[in-house]
Amino acid sequence: MRITADSDRCLGAGQCVLSAPDRFDQSDEGTVLVLDPRVDGDEDASRLRETVALCPSQAIALVAEEG
Amino acid sequence: MTETTTAPAGAPEVPEYPLPRSCPYHPPAGYDRYTAEGPVTRVRLYNGRQVWAVSGHAEARQVLLDAATYSSDRIHPHFPALAPRFESARKVRNFIGMDPPDHTVQRKMMLSTFTVKKVAQLRPGIQKLVDDLIDRIEERGPVADLVPDFALPVPSIVICELLGVPYDDHAFFEQQSRRVVTGSTTLEDSAAAFGELSRYLDGLIRRKQAEPGDGLLDTLIAEQVDTGALTRRDLVDIALLLLVAGHETTASAIALGVVTLLENPDQLAALRADASLLPTAVEELLRFMAIADGVARFATVDTELAGHRIRAGDGVVVVISTANRDERAFAGGDAFDVARGARNHISFGHGVHQCIGQNLARAEMEIALSTLFRRLPGIRLEVPSRRLPLKEAGGVQGVWELPVTW
Repeated sequence: MRITADSDRCLGAGQCVLSAPDRFDQSDEGTVLVLDPRVDGDEDASRLRETVALCPSQAIALVAEEG
Repeated sequence: MTETTTAPAGAPEVPEYPLPRSCPYHPPAGYDRYTAEGPVTRVRLYNGRQVWAVSGHAEARQVLLDAATYSSDRIHPHFPALAPRFESARKVRNFIGMDPPDHTVQRKMMLSTFTVKKVAQLRPGIQKLVDDLIDRIEERGPVADLVPDFALPVPSIVICELLGVPYDDHAFFEQQSRRVVTGSTTLEDSAAAFGELSRYLDGLIRRKQAEPGDGLLDTLIAEQVDTGALTRRDLVDIALLLLVAGHETTASAIALGVVTLLENPDQLAALRADASLLPTAVEELLRFMAIADGVARFATVDTELAGHRIRAGDGVVVVISTANRDERAFAGGDAFDVARGARNHISFGHGVHQCIGQNLARAEMEIALSTLFRRLPGIRLEVPSRRLPLKEAGGVQGVWELPVTW
């Protein structure tokens, strides 16, 4: 799995940055940046799923790796 | 306004909404009735209109996440007025009362001001301001009313600097803001207050157009008004939202936060013993106190919610205080636990309208509360908490006065 983000959907609440600051940041415009898209094992996946659920604009997701 | 559903005269089976709190940080006792009947129930507003009260956490999230089905469009006649003041708010047109895509265009104009990083840069200034206010409280001691002496000036000064509004005008805009956000304010009074604030902000923005400063309003004039993306009237309505929401809510949260911590001494002791708990303690205060306790929407299409058939045009109110204590989401949710570590409360709302200033509010609460309890370790209420005057139903929740000694 990996993290994806849609900066067009993002509305700058910053919940991802507070919840997983090692994976998310905000651009100067105030929208989401993914610092590191990797999902590192089950525990990380669980934490990142909570982060995804906190996003108020549904701008981030965990997706299955392609190929 | 259009009434989509009107209660028959004297229909006793539909409970009233909103109700006043009897304890400043607990939901009104009468809200138990909504939750006992399920996560979605019928309630009756002051004007007789019946709407859906959503008191479950999952159902509240479902409503707030679905802006297409549940509209925030305040000028639409179906948008429910939870108190008379909501009728006068219909004329104020800014992103909190708009749906996407109009909402999103406006909100994106000011995102860069409210990022986690930008707020972190404000922290030293907020700390200095908090320290100065406590210096003054100590000088004037040994009693203080923490609402005018502390809880109100902290966010008021911060939002003035951020927007570029002169703090010298604070007595005026704080008083008018209270007339806007108080649950018991009449239609006429809130309309007059909106008018006063609009005239004030229009004059301020005109002066800034002639002589620019360095606040967010100045940035929005340069980037949006001068380019034609916003009219001056649009900016007045946006400024009104940022100024009122930027100080009145956080002021209530700081004052009520002091009360909540003093009334839960074991939790205050736990926080004092471990300063690293501060962010989770603030998150727990936000969940527990739910000071903005009622978010209105209306259904744009026929839909279903928790097994109920919701019809297009039906009003919906999300009851934040009960959703934040839903046992399905927060085990032991009626208990105040500074180490809970739950961040999925909806005190800032959820969905596209979730509070734009939430990280500024967190920073102000963290700094104000931690500094106050460190600097005045013996602080206690001057009157029993049951005698604190509480803000009315249908507005921002909190206390009007907070007399303390130390």
